[in-house]
Amino acid sequence: MRSCLVVDDSSVIRKVARRILEGMQFEITEAEDGEQALGACQRQLPDAILLDWNMPKMDGYEFLKALRRLPGGDRPIVVSCTTENDVAHIARALHAGANEYIMKPFDREIVAAKFEEVGLM
Amino acid sequence: MNGADYDYLCKLLKTRSGLVLSAEKHYLAESRRLPLARRERLQNLAGLVARLRAPDAEPLIVEVVEAMTTNESFFFRDKLPFEHFRDAIMPALLSARSATRRVRIWCAAAATGQEPYSLAMTLREMSKDLRGWRIEIVATDLSTGVLEKARSGIYSQFEVQRGLPALMLIKYFAQIGEIWQIAPEFCAMVKFMPFNLLNDFASLGRFDVVLCRNVLIYFDQTTKIGVLERIAGVTERDGFLVLGGAETVVGLTDRFRPMPDKRGVYCQPGYLAAEATPESNILKFSAMPRVAGATGR
Repeated sequence: MRSCLVVDDSSVIRKVARRILEGMQFEITEAEDGEQALGACQRQLPDAILLDWNMPKMDGYEFLKALRRLPGGDRPIVVSCTTENDVAHIARALHAGANEYIMKPFDREIVAAKFEEVGLM
Repeated sequence: MNGADYDYLCKLLKTRSGLVLSAEKHYLAESRRLPLARRERLQNLAGLVARLRAPDAEPLIVEVVEAMTTNESFFFRDKLPFEHFRDAIMPALLSARSATRRVRIWCAAAATGQEPYSLAMTLREMSKDLRGWRIEIVATDLSTGVLEKARSGIYSQFEVQRGLPALMLIKYFAQIGEIWQIAPEFCAMVKFMPFNLLNDFASLGRFDVVLCRNVLIYFDQTTKIGVLERIAGVTERDGFLVLGGAETVVGLTDRFRPMPDKRGVYCQPGYLAAEATPESNILKFSAMPRVAGATGR
């Protein structure tokens, strides 16, 4: 079973994402912000990360840069998942090392399409 | 709705579009006709059928047929056919058409435009190999309503997130508030026009590639055979046919053969025979390096 770390400061979003991804046969861990997510990645790198952008402590952008500097940190496939729905934010995320980008609101179909896009399904 | 009304609708749909309404599609068809019934201030679908049977119903008949035949679509649907287009079909044609530098492509069930635009974007990513080439994409659909949307190149946030890589989205689309519009250069690459697959194909000209995906599944055996024969009639001898994942030519026509290792891609039998000779295009293109994907990690 593949693992996915869901990073979002909203417990509702984490719950929705967990339900969708568990339905896609992923084993889920959760983190409330970038700092927690980085700690989780230092312990064990997941196969995939669904990453919110605006979070307290460490935001998605800072986390992504820190993740890609970790040993083996280039391996996890990162799908940004945010309400920042403009070209500049998408470009910045992809440039920082995100593999794909989901604009909120999302549903099962979009998550599945994007995960398929990056070869996770 | 009673059995006679249902039979009437099925028959209407079959004569007008060739589509066969199976039992599973009954619900879908109903959900698509109800809004039309409501707009016409009719209580239910029986009322709609009564209106269709009345004289001067032609405009409404056209609308009902369109509502029942419109299918959802997304960018790079099924992914693999577009990889075959990029890695096998286009390289073969680049070699075979090097004298004329002209390629004509037909999307036979273009719906809201995602398929022809996916081809246009694929070609744009290959543009360094296509300098000086004239590539024409003809995109047809039975429904003038969907073609209008296709021509506009405007898609919702939901639509652009199904199948379209984020990188292509920001490269090739402009954001207008909540919606996204494909760049004018792609609209200019595609010629949209209404066309009924039950009609004669001669007016369309000849093609090097025909994509007829996820439409044969709605036709009965005789109609499928007719459509495939007519496609063969307008496809160049060394051209290609691409069908949907649940469709095949096997048992329907011997004018196309499945291409080995290229699921969903078909070519004409003479072309496959030529494969055995070392000068053949197939051998040439299978030896060509893969064009880098747009979605690379």
